[in-house]
Amino acid sequence: METHNKMIELMHRHLDGDLKKEEEVILRTHLEECVSCQHHFHDLKRTISLLKSVETIEAPINFTENVMAKLGAEKKHFKYKRWFKTHPLITAAAIFFIFMLSGAFVQFEGQSELVVSKQENLIVKGDTVIVPEGVTVEGDLLVKNGNLIIDGTVDGNVTIVNGELIDDDPLEGEGLMASVGEINGELNTVNKMFEWLWFQAKSLFKGVFSF
Amino acid sequence: MEQLIKEKIKQVKKGDQAAYSDIVGFYQNKIYQHCYRMLGNAHEAEDMAQEAFIRAYVNIDSFDDRRKFSTWLYRIATNLSIDRIRKRKPDYFLDAEVKGTDGLDMYSQISTEDRSPVEEVENLELKRYIHNEISQLPPKYRSIIILRYLEEFSLQEISDILDIPLGTVKTRIHRGREALRKRLRHV
Ligand SMILES: [Zn+2]
Repeated sequence: METHNKMIELMHRHLDGDLKKEEEVILRTHLEECVSCQHHFHDLKRTISLLKSVETIEAPINFTENVMAKLGAEKKHFKYKRWFKTHPLITAAAIFFIFMLSGAFVQFEGQSELVVSKQENLIVKGDTVIVPEGVTVEGDLLVKNGNLIIDGTVDGNVTIVNGELIDDDPLEGEGLMASVGEINGELNTVNKMFEWLWFQAKSLFKGVFSF
Repeated sequence: MEQLIKEKIKQVKKGDQAAYSDIVGFYQNKIYQHCYRMLGNAHEAEDMAQEAFIRAYVNIDSFDDRRKFSTWLYRIATNLSIDRIRKRKPDYFLDAEVKGTDGLDMYSQISTEDRSPVEEVENLELKRYIHNEISQLPPKYRSIIILRYLEEFSLQEISDILDIPLGTVKTRIHRGREALRKRLRHV
């Protein structure tokens, strides 16, 4: 069994074009004398040719027109964004000014301890916040100065300031199983001073322009 | 071609929206097809493919010109599709099957070469079966198998599209192939 598994590993590496000369000889020699591995190898190659035989599908008629029509609706929002991006100096100066006034620098620089916007049913381990499996956070979640693991569900936007979302990927070790938890909203990770300002400015301008 | 697309993107970045319709026209079949294969039905595929092009347009300023536009576009489309799969209600598939139109829909759009009617039917059955087996794979594996064998990207390109290490692509493609081997063995 041990040898067969090793050979199956070699088959896959052969299919990816990763086999060294000597490994190729080992695989070929084994295939000559092992019927079960011959079948396995044959089935793998056949699977690939079956996959390749699937036909092409074309986009529905008017697809491009429909996309362009929808873009018309996006345009307004986009124009502001574009203006900010093409006038970075004015934007930066304006943002700087606004935040000098509002004391946002203090907000960002002054705190280094972990802050979580909600704590019901959440686990805090050191500087990591965990949304456990089966738990649903209703509404937005903000984590400052710490990392976040989501095994459950967040029904809202997630913002992480000075930290990151850890995808602990339980799939890797084992078989084909369901995936990690989910965010039913937007994920924003803010790690640098400027990004933080940009993020604040975006929410501010969204507020200003959303009437 | 890549050069022409680069020119178009420059124009879009300068604010020329019409130039973007050439880009959509050029990639529409590839992206729609990719979403269709990820999602398994025409309705969601159209939604997500449109959304992918809209997101790419809105975020065009954050696209790095030195990279391939198609890689970026495929990444957006794949992430949107996976996101959609995760948000599906559990009874989604039952609904789709009861209505029963999606399968027919799909085959009316397939471009076919000349074959005898009998061959055609057998072929369709088989292709439908294969499509169905692919859509049984968890999304992480499904995206890689589709990109590799149906859309013929290299492993390195897949690593770029999905933004995951090459080693992870290889591990997942091994597992995906094994899973499909078991499912397609008796075909
Ligand atoms: Zn063997």
